[in-house]
This record gives sequence, C-alpha cells and structure tokens, in this order.
Amino acid sequence: MNLFDYARPTTVEEAIAAWAPGASYLAGGTNLVDLMKTGVMQPGKLIDLNRLAGLDRIESLANGDTRVGALVRNADLAHDAGFARAFPMVAEALLSGASGQLRNAATVGGNLMQRTRCAYFQDAHSACNRRTPGAGCDARGGDNATMAVLGWSDSCIATNPSDFGVALAALDAVVEVEGPQGSREIAFADFHLLPGQTPDRETALAQGELVVAVRLPAASAQLRHHSRYLKLRERTSYAFALVSAAAALRLEDGHIVEARLALGAVAARPWRANDAEALLIGQTPSDELFKRAADVALTGATPSGDNAHKIELARRTAARALALAAIGTPKRMPAFPASLFGEHAHV
Amino acid sequence: MSFSISLTVNGTPREVTLEDARVTLLDLLRERLDLPGTKKGCDRGQCGACTVLVNGRRINSCLALAVTLDGAEVTTIEGLADGDHLHPVQAAFIAHDGFQCGYCTPGQIMSAVGLIAEGQAGCDADRIREGMSGNLCRCAAYHGITEAVLDASRRMGTDTEGAAA
Ligand SMILES: Cc1cc2nc3c(=O)[nH]c(=O)nc-3n(C[C@H](O)[C@H](O)[C@H](O)COP(=O)(O)OP(=O)(O)OC[C@H]3O[C@@H](n4cnc5c(N)ncnc54)[C@H](O)[C@@H]3O)c2cc1C
Ligand code: SF4
Ligand code: FES
Ligand code: FES
Repeated sequence: MNLFDYARPTTVEEAIAAWAPGASYLAGGTNLVDLMKTGVMQPGKLIDLNRLAGLDRIESLANGDTRVGALVRNADLAHDAGFARAFPMVAEALLSGASGQLRNAATVGGNLMQRTRCAYFQDAHSACNRRTPGAGCDARGGDNATMAVLGWSDSCIATNPSDFGVALAALDAVVEVEGPQGSREIAFADFHLLPGQTPDRETALAQGELVVAVRLPAASAQLRHHSRYLKLRERTSYAFALVSAAAALRLEDGHIVEARLALGAVAARPWRANDAEALLIGQTPSDELFKRAADVALTGATPSGDNAHKIELARRTAARALALAAIGTPKRMPAFPASLFGEHAHV
Repeated sequence: MSFSISLTVNGTPREVTLEDARVTLLDLLRERLDLPGTKKGCDRGQCGACTVLVNGRRINSCLALAVTLDGAEVTTIEGLADGDHLHPVQAAFIAHDGFQCGYCTPGQIMSAVGLIAEGQAGCDADRIREGMSGNLCRCAAYHGITEAVLDASRRMGTDTEGAAA
C-alpha cells in the first residue's frame, strides 16, 4: 500500500474542501482498502467520511419520497423495517450481496461507487484501459466468460458488480451529490457510464463530488407487493452475480399496470429494460409473456468474448424474476435472499 | 505523519501511536497489541478469519484502517470468555465439534456472536447458514458450525423464528 495523507472531516463542506486531485473519499473501506493493498488504487490522500454528521439517516420526506444518507450501512438499510416494507426488492438485493460482516461496514455511497471485479482491472500488472487509459484491455482475448454482453465497447468489456444498484435502477432512484461547484441530482439511469472510448470515466460524478444521499420516489413503493431480486452465482451466498434481475409489477384486476425490470452483471451499469417493461403493460401475467419480455430485454446483446451463454442466462433470469414477482413479494425475507434455492425460489 | 488513536480493546483502554495511516485493525491487533487470536486468512475480505466486533458489530478487520476507528470499542476472541468461563458460543463450538484445524474458528465464533446479536437468523438453520456465509472453513466443518450456532442461539434465548423481515 502506498503512503497517503489522512483527513477526518466532520461536515460535508469540510470533506469537499479537503479534496484535491489524487485524493479519494473513504467510507466503509471494503472496496477501496482492498484495491489499495494490491496497488490498483494509490490515492495520495484519504478523506474519511465516517464522521460526517447527518449522512447516516433514512428519512421520509414531506412528498413521500425516501431519502437514504450515503453513510447508511448496507446491513442497516436492508434491515430497516419501514424501508424493507416499502422497497423489498432493494432489501433483497442488498442481502444477496457480500457477507454479514461486509454489509455492516459497506455504505450506500461506497456500494454505488465500487469498482468492477474484472480480474484484469484488479491485477495491477495487467493492461487495463479503465485503470490506465490507452493501456489496452487484457480481458479481450483473456478469461472473459463473465464479462459484459450489453453496452460494452472495444475499449472495455467489464461489468458493474453492485446488486443494490440493479434494484435502484429499476425503482427510478435519484442520487444527490455535493461538490466544489455546489449540489445537484443525478437520475440513477445516468449515474454509471457505459465505457465507449473512455472506460476510465465510470460515473457521472465530477472530480471531488461526493454522493450525499440516494432518494427513492414514493411512486416506486407502489410496486412493493410484487417485487423480487434474483441473482445467479457460483455459490449460494458470498459471491458476486453471474447475472441478476430486479423485477417488479403492479397488478390491477389481474392485469399488469406497471412493470419494472433491470438486469445486473451484464453491462458496465445496471441495465434498465424499458422496452421490456412497455411490452408488459396491459397484459395478463404468464410465463409466455415474461419470456417475450425477457427476449426484448436482451435485444442487442452480443458476446464480448467467451460469454455467449450469459445472454441466454440473463434471458432466463429475467423471465424467472418476473414470474417470481408475479407470485408476490414473500411475507418474510427468504432465508437465502435472491437465491434459486430454498423457499420462495420456485415458480 | 504519525497518528494517535484511543481504542477500548476487550474492555481495556489502549492508546496507540501509528507511524502512518496504512495499518489495518487486523495488523494492529496481531502485531502491536499482542492479540494474535484474530487470524489473517486472505487479508482481502474474502474469508472472514479476521472477524472482530467493532462497537458490537462484526466486521472484517483486514479491511478496516485502524486510524478510522479512533474511539471505538473492539472485541476480539481473547475478550469473549469471562476468566475460565467460556462464552456460550465458544462452549457450543466445543460441544458440537465446530472446527477441525481451528484456523477459521476465532472468526467463526466472533461472526456467530455478531450474527446472534443482529437477531435476524434466530434458530433457523438456513438463516444461520446464510448469516455465517462470510466465514469460510477450509476444513469444511460447516455442519458442526451450524449446529453450534443453532445451539448457542437457543441458549442465548433468541426467538425461534428470528426477527420478521
Ligand atoms: C469479498 C467481497 C464480496 C463482495 N460481494 C458483493 C456482492 O455480492 N454484491 C455487491 O453488490 N457487492 C459486493 N461486494 C462489494 C461491496 O458491496 C463494496 O465493497 C461496498 O459496497 C463498498 O462500500 P464501502 O462503503 O466499503 O466503500 P469504500 O471501499 O469506502 O469506497 C469504495 C469507493 O467509493 C468511493 N466512495 C465511497 N463513498 C463515497 C461517497 N459518499 N461519495 C463519493 N464516493 C464515495 C470511494 O472513494 C471508493 O472509490 C463484495 C466485497 C467483497 C470484499
Ligand atoms: S474489461 Fe475493462 S476493466 Fe477489464 S481489463 Fe479490459 S479495460 Fe480493464
Ligand atoms: S483475512 Fe479478513 S476476510 Fe480474510
Ligand atoms: S477448522 Fe480448519 S479452516 Fe475451519
């Protein structure tokens, strides 16, 4: 690990003032400290956010929206009874990620800002355009079975690893940001960037900008009765997604009046499937319908390497997640959240 | 640049001067505070061997920079027993053969103490398996570990269903 300066501000203003080029914000540290150990990240200064006042709250706003501070721990958000009731899919996504220990440390802001798990990005000795613009991409022609099938470019085929983000994408979250130029809001759909020719630009944040909160609109809580997250992984727990899907429906008189679908681990950002949602409106739930919607969701998907199987895997995961959502949100969080195993896993 | 921090470790106040900010809580405990019970497996958050309680919550000490924890209360495996009187989770691991080589055991036990305090798993074996998934055991003593946590959970009076989600 490189030597670095350390600052411990107590207000957002101080934190932003402490920022300088080469500095990194530090929250739970579960991603940043890991990457610093391998030399993938070498910040000259760490700005410790953990003492910032007021960012650890879950609030209901006057307009009915829910505002979650950037320092709320992943475990605390998932286990907040009111939050989990309103947004069960978000709670299920959070609880399907990492481990109990990691979720106790990991924060809302850090989860959204976590870097890709691409093995070549994680290995400081491999060529990686995302780490070093222009260096090349060792994942092309390398071990790339888990890489992107949507939205990738010749420069980078990496995926975004967050589970939380997939649920937020489906539910129209908004990211509240403060920075040297003041505060602004970023629609979740615009928060993570596709690689294009600049994979080193991962999010819409400008230099020195800080995520202060994530907001969920009151309207998204209307989908709470039919809402699921489904995650395929190489073991049942404590593993990143191979593919995942967040699905939610609002049903009236047996018809779908509102639908949400987002896919995880298929692209450099959580992949919202608007066209698939449109196809579902006004229809009666059926496996055949969900299969058609999943086909539409994967329109345009192409292998970026040895990963054509991921397209079919994503299709089936999307269709299954929709079918699980149609059955209804389980009364209690499944013992194995988002899993294909255990109760609430079968359609 | 050196940093002074205060920690309460297993009930004892400790003042520590760090030569620089790179020291993890895991290395501080093992190398500086003479508490080698907490183990280093992967050093990257992937195994759980380094699990300790910070302010009562289980975390991976290998990914926590000590400097960020100024003022915190830390409990390690050395701080669980009351003299010769074992903590119920320690006793349950012995009673149910919750280990083989023992390397992962301090982390398993600290994680189980944290899990039981969280109150989400109750006495449901599947929820305990899920809740303990952050602790790998190379000897695969998982059966005994699950039985031990179930037993300790019952003895410690956790409700039978776990908290409603
Ligand atoms: C073994 C392991 C397994 C995991 N499995 C999963 C999984 O299955 N699913 C999943 O989704 N995740 C998984 N994770 C990742 C985990 O969710 C992230 O490491 C965690 O959410 C990061 O949050 P943090 O607060 O610890 O961030 P940090 O490590 O503190 O920071 C991460 C990044 O975010 C930046 N940052 C932090 N807060 C802010 C802010 N408020 N504003 C701007 N920038 C900020 C930091 O500068 C840094 O670049 C896993 C991690 C590990 C180690
Ligand atoms: S896929 Fe992207 S992150 Fe992975 S090595 Fe290539 S450029 Fe880097
Ligand atoms: S040593 Fe910390 S998780 Fe493995
Ligand atoms: S008892 Fe040997 S690693 Fe778990």
